[in-house]
Amino acid sequence: MPDTTTHSELPQHATLIAEGVRRGTLSAVDVLDDHLARIDAREGEIHAFNLVLADLARERAAEIDSIVAQGGDPGILAGVPVALKDNMCTRGIPTTCSSKILGDWKPPYDATAVIRLREAGAVVVGKTNLDEFAMGSSTENSAFGPTRNPHDTTRVPGGSSGGSAAAVAAGFASISLGSDTGGSIRQPAALCGTVGVKPTYGAVSRLGLVAFGSSLDQIGPFAHSVDDAALTLEAISGHDPGDSTSIERPPLDLRSKLQMGAAGLRVGRITDLPTGASPDVQARLDEAFEALAAAGAEIVDVEVPAFGYGLTAYYLIAPAEASSNLARFDGVRFGSRTSAPDTNQMYMATRTDGFGAEVKRRIMLGTYALSAGYQEAYYGRAQKVRRLIADDFAAAYAQADVLLTPASPTVAFEIGDKSSDPLAMYLCDTYTIPSNLSGDPAMSVPFGTGDGGLPVGVQVLAPALQDHTMFRAAAELERYMSLSVSDTHGDAEPKGAN
Amino acid sequence: MSGQPLYVNDDDFFPSNDEHERWEHQGYEMVVGLEVHVELATQTKLFSASPNRFGDEPNTNIDPVTLGLPGALPVLNRQAVELAMRLGLALNCRVQKSTFARKNYFYPDMPKAYQISQYDEPINADGWLDLPDGFRVGIERGHLEEDTGKSTHVGGPGGRIHGSDYSLIDFNRAGVPLVEIVSRPDIRHPEQAKAYVSELRSILVAVGASDAKMEEGSMRVDANVSVRKPGADFNTRCEIKNVNSVRSVGRAIEYEAKRQIALHEAGEPVIQQTRHWDENDGKTHTLRSKEDADDYRYFLEPDLVAVDPGPEWIERVRAALPPLPAARRATLSEASDQPANSEAVLLVVERDQDEYVLSVGAGGGDVALALKHVKEAPDLSTVVPARRLATLTSMESSGAVTATQAKTIVDAMIAGDEERDPEAIAAVLGFEAMDTSELESMVDEAIASQPEAWEKFCAGEGKAMGALVGAVMKASKGQADGKAVTALLNQKKG
Amino acid sequence: MPERITTADVSKVATLARLTLTDDELATATVELGAMLDHFADIDALDLDGVEPMNNPTHLVNVMRDDVVGEVLDRDEVLAAAPLAEDDRFRVPPIIGLDD
Repeated sequence: MPDTTTHSELPQHATLIAEGVRRGTLSAVDVLDDHLARIDAREGEIHAFNLVLADLARERAAEIDSIVAQGGDPGILAGVPVALKDNMCTRGIPTTCSSKILGDWKPPYDATAVIRLREAGAVVVGKTNLDEFAMGSSTENSAFGPTRNPHDTTRVPGGSSGGSAAAVAAGFASISLGSDTGGSIRQPAALCGTVGVKPTYGAVSRLGLVAFGSSLDQIGPFAHSVDDAALTLEAISGHDPGDSTSIERPPLDLRSKLQMGAAGLRVGRITDLPTGASPDVQARLDEAFEALAAAGAEIVDVEVPAFGYGLTAYYLIAPAEASSNLARFDGVRFGSRTSAPDTNQMYMATRTDGFGAEVKRRIMLGTYALSAGYQEAYYGRAQKVRRLIADDFAAAYAQADVLLTPASPTVAFEIGDKSSDPLAMYLCDTYTIPSNLSGDPAMSVPFGTGDGGLPVGVQVLAPALQDHTMFRAAAELERYMSLSVSDTHGDAEPKGAN
Repeated sequence: MSGQPLYVNDDDFFPSNDEHERWEHQGYEMVVGLEVHVELATQTKLFSASPNRFGDEPNTNIDPVTLGLPGALPVLNRQAVELAMRLGLALNCRVQKSTFARKNYFYPDMPKAYQISQYDEPINADGWLDLPDGFRVGIERGHLEEDTGKSTHVGGPGGRIHGSDYSLIDFNRAGVPLVEIVSRPDIRHPEQAKAYVSELRSILVAVGASDAKMEEGSMRVDANVSVRKPGADFNTRCEIKNVNSVRSVGRAIEYEAKRQIALHEAGEPVIQQTRHWDENDGKTHTLRSKEDADDYRYFLEPDLVAVDPGPEWIERVRAALPPLPAARRATLSEASDQPANSEAVLLVVERDQDEYVLSVGAGGGDVALALKHVKEAPDLSTVVPARRLATLTSMESSGAVTATQAKTIVDAMIAGDEERDPEAIAAVLGFEAMDTSELESMVDEAIASQPEAWEKFCAGEGKAMGALVGAVMKASKGQADGKAVTALLNQKKG
Repeated sequence: MPERITTADVSKVATLARLTLTDDELATATVELGAMLDHFADIDALDLDGVEPMNNPTHLVNVMRDDVVGEVLDRDEVLAAAPLAEDDRFRVPPIIGLDD
């Protein structure tokens, strides 16, 4: 396994931390302090967090240690410092979605994924920055300012879960949770050089995740390794009766498959994949196919003709759902309110003041796509395209067990590069969006570096409920990379530091 | 279900006998369809586990789903689906695979700024309801949706929304399960509309779907009214809201129909709009014009999945349905030899006392007499055992006591006298059947004391009989049987 | 695809979504949304006749819960977090301009 950071003697990998803490050879408090020290050192320039919960985390870490001291087992994530994207409800702790409109709202309940992390013994260190309401691909659309890429602080970490990606890449947390509606875990994972997973739709409960696109949203982990990501997903997945779209299955079984290797695996290359990946990224993707072939996989050519229409379908469907999901931010029951002489004007003033430009843009786009006279042409057709994409994937998966694509068309771009061109920003999601539309799992695995020595992620896609097969391929890519001579991958220390 | 009889708040609950007559005004007929919202009698809300309970302290029955908090997700209440199915089957609907949609609009009593409602695919479709007189009203659909919170308007004139200083919102009612039952525009008479609402209410209560209390808002009626010359095409309609009693249903649609007829006659257009019924002035008033109707942007609710009850569940619900009011009226009608839409039969079934009346018959009593007593004394069934009433009706039908005496005994039984034993009560009150000779001598005395009345009676003036019978009653201190007296008088007249 | 989005369309949409736009914002939004919709016209080329719309990836049906009362929220806590409350209820300015 690649150790992506640091000069500390304490482990940063969740599997190693949990193992040590459960055995009593490692103190959860020490592990936490180690992470908090890195936060102290670099959070000022990175801005991964909206809120660091140092005191709460220390209490929790001490509790974990005392459970172990008393012979108890705190769970499979014992003592693992975790960061939460700030669109997941945490009881009594501000949950902002990086928006002004929520004010100082403190949810009266915890998200299911948060409860499960805690029950597994994890230690929450803070709430991470995001593009407002998870709308964006750079974490620049935050009411609290942008997050910077730990590999190069002039660059974006990707988005919308940029804070969670940066927190892991910078060693602020061992693992983190993000949400992925159109690539919001996988793209920042690629840009920050971490593993990032969007599991099968319904594998992880959405209860307590502030909704963006309800039929697309999934919670998933960022981690230093495939193994750590598997461990985290095993902790948070599994049926939740509080989410009607939650799959009625036990938690995912992933780690048992990681050592199976790629021999016999059919790996699909999408011959009609939309162009647009930069040459450095394309080169890494080609290398990934070679790596799996060398490990005994069979590379097969498949077609997913509707893949390229995903962007359009997504940018009609997701804003449509968002326009409805975000209507509840009306200044009546929680969050901020701008006073006005009547309720209708109060709605207008509160929402106009409270939402940022990108959120307003998508609300308007989505409202338009659903409005009388246009719904059939936009939302209706987009839903049909969605069906085509799902059907095309199903056909491809009849020939291949997994597919590989780039996770992001490019390495991390400069802050400000795309912020004035919404459409250019949307194109960042070209390769990630289709899996959200189909509901299938997909993950980004760090696979060396591209231009400027910046991380590149390869995306592994698999059919619904085949998350374990996806992890099997991802583990093989990771194994190849750890053995390869490539020496620049995944180092989150800024160039010139030290 | 409530133990309270339902009829108490409606002074003219029952359709009058002229309902077969066509309603017509200046050559126009009315075309009416009703949309009835009923709150289902579940323990919890449609999509969350906070209590569905009327009358609690404000904002005590709230949870993240009810308040539409960020991150909250709906989970459908199985019992609400089952109650909706019961209702649908009772209304002869097709129970089918259904989905939920979001109806998007901003209003402070609607927490998420969208209402979750069944739109394209309702759970119940294409049924009908037969009124007691046999008239059939088509049912288009009966779909599930969630209720809104309640606003109170503070300041300004009379708690109305217009001119108020501000409003206060209570979300206890938000998320309470509703079924909206949409009739086809088959209704042509105010009495049919009233009968439809009454019958629907009886069915709702019978199947346990709702307590259907209009005065508490658990049953709310909106009426779509238009008018036309018989046989002509449908005209523009108006929707009437705030119709809060069965009586108002009749009044409101009659007023509205006449208002529209006046417009047609004056050559003015009827504007499609929502109108508010004002109980006090007996008029409908413009609430809002449909021309600038909101664009609700319906789309399938992505947080919920389809409900497909399937034949097994449907048949289980169907098999468990209790006898419906129409069937119960037929049974009672047959047993009592009274018409099924007679006031007594309607009322007793409505009050759920038909089984009691029938058990009087099973105990050897007279069903028709029992029906009459129960109709007149609603408390009978709750305090007097059926066998006691059976005994009384037997005494009455054999002539052992008169109708007047029987009524007195009923009151005494309800009051608990003599352990509610009618024979003991009759004995204590001295109600004994007079032998014929005693009665005959009293009749003779009456004739002798009132020769003029006798003459008139003999001359065929029926009215004169009253004075003679009255004299006998007075002499017998009310113990004489009126029927026997009349028979004797007629006999003597020859 | 429908005709090109106009400022009137955008204005109407903003009102439906309860957002206020300045004239400049309206002009910018019309251009931006127009450019996006132009880009999204790529799906016009697809023959979608007879394709079943896909609403959700889930294949689940009949997900229901038992009718059992659960926890409720603490009213005082909830109202304390509200922008404005009075008399145990949420307070809003006069409700006009909504349904008349």
